Amino acid sequence: MSGIIGFADAEFRIALRNRWIIILTVTMALFSLVLTLAGSGPTGTLGADQLSVTVASLTGLAVYLVPLMALLVSFDAAAGEVERGTLGLTLAYPVSRPAVLLGKIVAHVGILALALLVGYGVAAITAFWLDEDAAQGLAALVRLYWSSVLLGAGFVGLGYLASALSRRPATAAGLVIGLWLVAIVLYDLGLLAAIVADDGGAFTETVFPWLLIGNPADAFRLFNLAASEATAAASGVSGAAQSIAPMRALASVAVWPLIAFGLAAWRFRRIVP
Amino acid sequence: MDNLILDKVCKRFDGFEALKDVSFTVGAGQKIALLGHNGAGKTTLMKAILGLQPHDSGRIKVMGAAPGSRAARMQVAYLPENVAFHSALTGREQIRLYLRLRRQPVKLADELLDRVGLAHAAGRRIGTYSKGMRQKVGLAQALIGRPKLMILDEPTSGLDPVSRREFYAILDELAAQGTAILLSSHALTEVEARTDRIVILSRGRVVADDTLAGLREQAGLPTHIQIAARPGAADEVAQALRGGRSNGVIVDLTCSPEDKLARLREITALRAKVRDLDVVPPSLDDIYDHFSRRAGK
Repeated sequence: MSGIIGFADAEFRIALRNRWIIILTVTMALFSLVLTLAGSGPTGTLGADQLSVTVASLTGLAVYLVPLMALLVSFDAAAGEVERGTLGLTLAYPVSRPAVLLGKIVAHVGILALALLVGYGVAAITAFWLDEDAAQGLAALVRLYWSSVLLGAGFVGLGYLASALSRRPATAAGLVIGLWLVAIVLYDLGLLAAIVADDGGAFTETVFPWLLIGNPADAFRLFNLAASEATAAASGVSGAAQSIAPMRALASVAVWPLIAFGLAAWRFRRIVP
Repeated sequence: MDNLILDKVCKRFDGFEALKDVSFTVGAGQKIALLGHNGAGKTTLMKAILGLQPHDSGRIKVMGAAPGSRAARMQVAYLPENVAFHSALTGREQIRLYLRLRRQPVKLADELLDRVGLAHAAGRRIGTYSKGMRQKVGLAQALIGRPKLMILDEPTSGLDPVSRREFYAILDELAAQGTAILLSSHALTEVEARTDRIVILSRGRVVADDTLAGLREQAGLPTHIQIAARPGAADEVAQALRGGRSNGVIVDLTCSPEDKLARLREITALRAKVRDLDVVPPSLDDIYDHFSRRAGK
């Protein structure tokens, strides 16, 4: 326990001093502000309140930004310690490897949670200021918040896995950028291409939904857009989103952190410092 | 009971024997120097003792426990070679982390940093430290909780002579309290007066394990005597002592340790022609060279 606190404290200070916390927080706040203001025009025509519209836009943003931020704070976790020579030293102490990882998880997921809280908070304040009916979208925003933290936790775990697979931080950085491109950008393009090629065949009917919720980022988007009718309406994907049960999507978002941390811990255990 | 026991420890890395039948012990309060070329197996042996890299066969006991076990790790401190702490943390924050890992109160951080002479830099980021200062942070963390066994991998690299002396003074204090210390070094002349025993590794084998005096005796290397003759008397002195003349006034002699006194008597007989003399015993470098060379054959 003492070791977990020690690592959480140290990692938090490192992120603070490296300006990661301030960069991530300002980035989230700026994007949230811009999206809320940009979405303030067409609300009346969609029949949705301002905050629901904002949540729909933020969902689209979070799918890209949250995994990126999570991977950026986590890629150095194991490879950096190996390169600096501190991992051997740490492991000579009476502390277990899972405790080391757990301390880092607390700090890194905590940093993400903080940046998201500020960012989404700015969005909520702006939405309330623009529209007094914004309270209708509050539940959707809260849902977006905790599911974003879960999504971030999943990618923090994948970042640790990449870090534990590399001996050098530079390799780990390359690996997480590649992972982000594949999981967030290319995955969807690939699915789209497959659907077009399949033209409504068996693939679209049976395999596609599973592939879609298998990716935590897609599952996250589905869950948030489908869970609230107002957001679904605002995002214009109501039909598509309703074809998969939101609970299944949520299960994927919730299970991914466990899978990712499990894999990372397994790989971390095998590192010879 | 010895704090560290190594018994026929072997380790292979695909086809290459990194450690072969390494056996020696380190008792409470002993300071042992581990010497060897690069790649002789010093760091591999230390990692095996710490349980960071398991050995293939043989027996290692750390305070009676298996290497890497919790009981062993509770009592062992380690200073890795060329350790680089995170540059964004201050010295104090770094030591606080290690204090937490040993379940010690974090307020001891300043005391530890003061002990290694870093009190003035405790609040500065480690990124601004010199190499010697970073090495001192490494030493400070190794002092946490009065370890029973210290494993120090080239601890004095990067330290200036004054810091080096202070460093050994701290080790002497710990040893006096019963800590067993195993340190590796390349600075052979420096460990000479600082350690109780010297273990020389060569290609993964122990080729020598003795006190410096014992090693000297085993090696049987000649002692050099340099005699400064009075002006114009060098040739006469050289002839009388059957030695070589190295320049106008200096006469060089070599003799075995047993003959030393007899030779000195001969020299004092020539008192009138001799201005000064130096007796140069074989240095640790010579002895080290002798043992590692012999092992290479």
